[in-house]
Formats: sequence, C-alpha cells, structure tokens
Amino acid sequence: MTTDYDIAIKQGGVEEDGSAPVVAVDNLYKSFGSQKVLTGINLTVSRGETLAVLGRSGTGKSVLLRLIIGLEKPDSGSVRIHGQDIAGLAQDQIGQIRKKIGFLFQHAALYDSLTVAGNVAFPLEHHKREMSRSEQSDRVKQLLAEVGMEGDLEKMPSDISGGMQKRVGLARALALEPEILLLDEPTAGLDPISSGEINDLILKLQREHQMASIVVTHDLHSAQAIADRLALLNEGNVVIEGKFEDLQQSDIGFVKEFLQLS
Amino acid sequence: MPSAVNFATGLVGGFFEWFGNLGIFFWQVLRAAVTPPFEWRELIRQLDEVGSKSLPLVALAGAAVGAVLSMETNSSLTRFGARSMLPAATVYSLILEMGPIITGLIVSGRVGAGIGAELASMKVTEQIDAIEASAINPYRLLAATRILACILMLPLLTIAADGCGVLMGWVAQTLVEPVSLHRFIDSGFRGATFNAFLPPTFKTAVFGLIIGLIACFQGMRTRGGAEGVGRAATNSVVLSSLFVILADVVLVKLILVVFP
Repeated sequence: MTTDYDIAIKQGGVEEDGSAPVVAVDNLYKSFGSQKVLTGINLTVSRGETLAVLGRSGTGKSVLLRLIIGLEKPDSGSVRIHGQDIAGLAQDQIGQIRKKIGFLFQHAALYDSLTVAGNVAFPLEHHKREMSRSEQSDRVKQLLAEVGMEGDLEKMPSDISGGMQKRVGLARALALEPEILLLDEPTAGLDPISSGEINDLILKLQREHQMASIVVTHDLHSAQAIADRLALLNEGNVVIEGKFEDLQQSDIGFVKEFLQLS
Repeated sequence: MPSAVNFATGLVGGFFEWFGNLGIFFWQVLRAAVTPPFEWRELIRQLDEVGSKSLPLVALAGAAVGAVLSMETNSSLTRFGARSMLPAATVYSLILEMGPIITGLIVSGRVGAGIGAELASMKVTEQIDAIEASAINPYRLLAATRILACILMLPLLTIAADGCGVLMGWVAQTLVEPVSLHRFIDSGFRGATFNAFLPPTFKTAVFGLIIGLIACFQGMRTRGGAEGVGRAATNSVVLSSLFVILADVVLVKLILVVFP
C-alpha cells in the first residue's frame, strides 16, 4: 500500500554470525472487520537489541506485539521467531516458542487471586517442574530482587501501585529466562519518576540478559532512553525506522510533527 | 412486516451462531482436557470451590424442600385416606426429581455466576491472555478444571440435598404425627431399588456439565469491561438454569425408557 509519505526504511540486518534475526516480521497485514490495523509491516530485531515501536494511539502497536506472540493470527504475511514462521504452528508447537518470549502487558495483567510471589512463580510451577519448591522459591526471590520488589512477596496485586505491578509483571516475564522480551507501553500511566525507574530497570535487565526486545510506546523520551532503534508507525505501516538521530534528520512531515509534539 | 422478518431471522441466526460457538468451545476444552500435562492442583481447588462451598446452601435448600413436601403431601394424602404413604411419597419425590432439580438450580445460581464473573473479569483484564502468553493452555487450566469439578460435585451435592430433605421431611411429619426416623426411612425406601434412585442422582452430572460449560463459555468470551462482566455473570445463571430445566425433561424421559 502506498502512503502520502516517503518511506525510509532501514532494515535491521542479519546477526553478526550471519544467522537470521531473532524476530522477523514480513509484510504483515491485520484487519478487524473493515478496520485495517496493519498494512504490510516489515521489522526485524536481533539478539541484544532493543527496538522501540512508536506511533499514535490506535495505530496497531499493541496488535503487532499480540501477533508476534501468537495471541492474534495475521490476515497475511509472516512472523518468524528464529527463522520459524509461527502462523501455521499447532498449539503445542507455539507453546514451545512462547516459553522463549517474555511479555509485559500494558496493565501488567497480574493474576489477582495470587500473591506477588505466586504470580512470578506461576510460569516456573508449570514449566520448571524439575525444580524443587525451594529452588523455585529462591528463583522467585531473585527475580523480585532484580526488579526491587523483594519486600512485597506476600502482597496481593490490588495492594500495590501501578508501577509496582509493572515491576512484578517484568519479573514474571523474565521467569523462564526468555530470549525475546515484548513490552507493551511499560511506562503508560506512570509519573515521570516511576517512568524513569522503569526505563532504568529495562536498560539494566537488557544489559544483563542480552535479549531481543521490542518496546511498544507512545512516549518518545522513554523510547530514546532505552532503544537502539526506533520504528514509527502511521496508518498501519512503518513510516521510518532507524536511530533517534535518523528521525530527527527526517524530512517526512508526520515524523517532524510527531517529534515536535512529543 | 419486513422488519419483523428481519428480527426473526436475526434471532434465529443468533441462536444458531451461539450454539455453534458453544460447540467449538466445548471441542477446544475437550481436546485440552485429555492432553497432558493435567492441572491436578487447580482441579482440586475447584472441587473445593464448587463442592464444599456450595454444600451449606444446597443442604439448606434440600431441607426446606423436604419439609415443604412433607407438609403439602400430608394434607393431600389425608384427603384420600393414604397418609401411610407419606414417607414413600416424600422420599420418592425428593430423590427422583426435587433433589436433583433444586440442586441443579442452586448450583447454577451460585457456581454459574461465580465462574462466569471470575473468568469474565480475567478476560477483560488480559489475565487469560497472560496465561496463554506463558505457554499454558487456558482451556485446560481454567475451563476443563471447572467443568470437571461441576460434573463430579453435582451428584454428591444432590445426595446431600436428598439426605437433608428426607431428614427434614421426617421432622415435619413427626411434628404432626410422631414416627421414629427408622420407621420413616424403612417405610420410605420400601421396595426401592438402586435402579430407581441412582439414575436420577447421576443425571445431575449432566447438569454439572451444562452449568460449567455455559459459565466458562460466557466468561472466556466476554468483551466490554465491567458491563461485560456483569452480562457474563447474568447470562451464565439464566442460560445454565434454562438448559438445566430443559435437559431435565429429556433426561427424565431417557431414564424412564432405559430403566423402566
């Protein structure tokens, strides 16, 4: 589909060892009824790299993440994880891929009948049955300590703030030591100080775990702080992709407007 | 006239669409239920939630029905000079029909609404998506465990309701015309066979399937925030109650044919 803008796309290249990118989205289309959400998206993310996907509200950013993890099926196009197209996979096969992906939902999506510790232990109890109870407990404490929540093990999600819920959500997303991290609006609804703390936490975790990360956000400052590359969506497609300086130097009207108003 | 035709067509179409979606949902749950790993811990939790937490309410309802049956039947039988038949009339009415249907409707209200609201709330807050994103099958973890718990617990709850009903039936009769509990039970169960009492009790397993399936379906397909949660809870109760009553008609006929 052609747009009114010049599209300057700098594709993420192959890995240093010549292998395929960890996440590769090729010509992805998705509609809900008559509403076209994504119209031919192309993106790649390599190991150890953070890609921020920016755009106005309602441009399909969250839908993109849901397509990558297989919660939605694309109308056409492909999503490849380590070179494997997930669209046609059976439930148990896609389950194996999902174990390699950590997902932080926009509102954390903590299980409200479980404690903070119970939430983080949940993936371990289902997928790491070879670990003993004490090993799982130690791992939960380690994860919560990484996100600064080690003192709130027995609290319920309703007893903690939104920022704290996101921290717990992050710890849960890291429980299975994923290779890919998907973050949906990690700083949405947070005050500037809490947003800064979440950004610092994401940077620290990325340095330590070297995951391929995709962060969906409308917060340009947050994206600038944590991402290696940025992709700006408009009308269901990528308008520009590259480093922050590339966006600053772009002549595309929408990009200038987005940067000016952010 | 055209608008009336359109309305009728839409209604019939919507009815078949709902049934079709329910059938697809049931198939997904069935496939998940027979595929390991099995969620034993969650199943045990649901057995407690459905069974032991419904027991007081079901026992109370059964006791009330037993007392009322005894009082109402007493006056009718006295009119026909057949008061000696009161224990048998009370016991047979309770165990063959009143106990199962009352248990089904009570559980439909309590458990159906609870499951519908809980799963709907999880759906609108993306908790079910989070379960799926964690590579855990939500049909196996959430739906299969709840449906199986309803299937297993309904017959046991029915037995409890029947027991309390028979006991209160005796109390009600004793207040009018003293009779020992032993004589009441002996007279009530005289000539009864397992074939007479077991099928009506175990038909409630079908009620459990209906309640669990509809409540889980309504909950996991919810859209629309708080209003959607309320709608899911209400629809779970209304639809499961309706289908329990309709199923009872079919099952009673089936039992009469298979166990004449």
